[in-house]
Amino acid sequence: MMNGSEMRSPLGRAIGLGSAKEGVEHWWRQRMTAVALVPLVLWFVIALIAHLGVDQRAAVAWLGSPIPAILMILMIGVAFYHAALGIQVVVEDYVHREWCKLTLLIATRFACFFLGVVGIFAILRMAFLR
Amino acid sequence: MAEFTLPANSKVGPGKSFPAPAGAKRTRDFKIYRWDPDTGQNPRLDTYSVDLDACGPMVLDALIKIKNEVDTTLTFRRSCREGICGSCAMNIDGTNTLACLKPIDDVSGSVRIYPLPHMPVVKDLVPDLTHIYAQYRSIKPWLQTVSPLPPDREQAQSVPEREKLDGLWECILCFCCSTACPSYWWNGDRYLGPAILLQAYRWIADSRDENTGERLDDLEDPFRLYRCHTIMNCTRTCPKGLNPAKAISEIKQLMVVRR
Repeated sequence: MMNGSEMRSPLGRAIGLGSAKEGVEHWWRQRMTAVALVPLVLWFVIALIAHLGVDQRAAVAWLGSPIPAILMILMIGVAFYHAALGIQVVVEDYVHREWCKLTLLIATRFACFFLGVVGIFAILRMAFLR
Repeated sequence: MAEFTLPANSKVGPGKSFPAPAGAKRTRDFKIYRWDPDTGQNPRLDTYSVDLDACGPMVLDALIKIKNEVDTTLTFRRSCREGICGSCAMNIDGTNTLACLKPIDDVSGSVRIYPLPHMPVVKDLVPDLTHIYAQYRSIKPWLQTVSPLPPDREQAQSVPEREKLDGLWECILCFCCSTACPSYWWNGDRYLGPAILLQAYRWIADSRDENTGERLDDLEDPFRLYRCHTIMNCTRTCPKGLNPAKAISEIKQLMVVRR
């Protein structure tokens, strides 16, 4: 923190670029998605155990029926959104090289949305193209 | 990246040993971090064997005894020796605490003493607090009002209003909490840390202050406030028994309430 090459005042350094005036939305959404995931994941795990050992045709028929398809789409959407928010926090915590941080933030966010869309597309296909 | 090992010039090597005086019956080893910026050498861990029968009960008593009688070069901050000034905050037996409040008998085996973690070291047990003091100043730790102050009397505060400051005003700014917080270790340049956030809340919670909104504006930031991940090291280590994590969660709640 005491850097000889910098003659800026300690207060100037502490204030830095000032407050971003955001963060509450991110915090709130992370909590809301976490709350939503509690019943969704519980349902998912129980349903998965209930369908252990069924053949592919039966699994597709089950996942394509309205209630499981809706719950599954919700779970995939919320889970990947929650993951995107969470990974962002981890990257901001531990990666301090600015270009590296930015690349990782963009890449992880793209990956989360891509995987979410792939998952939802798979469910829709099972629901409508059987 | 976050640093998980010490840089090469900060690795702690073995140091000198100072035996207890002959005839001492009840001795205890104090292993103390030593670093002198003038020698250009790496830090070392010196061992001082102290006769407990000729020493006060607290770790600070032993440090003062060592400095007075054994090794005058040992450097540390201390002032009030009764837990109210916050000067002698250091890492004792793996926990940040005040040397003056830590009984030697609470430590089993040799007493290991290091400066507050992850701060630049000035010398031995003295950390550089320049940045954290600047962060403290940045939250404007004084009463701010728009209404003119009454010229002839104090600003009144009801008993319940005053009670909201309990658990906050007692903070002595020893920074045991902030330097125990991993989030502050990794992002202390921007994250304010538990000590400063508790102080910020002390003014937010003050019924006499009229700048609450601006104070919250200044804190609403992914780094200044939201680097707190409720790790709770702050509350666990506070030598005054305060709860900085609770103060931070109160701030986060107010952020949601005012949306």
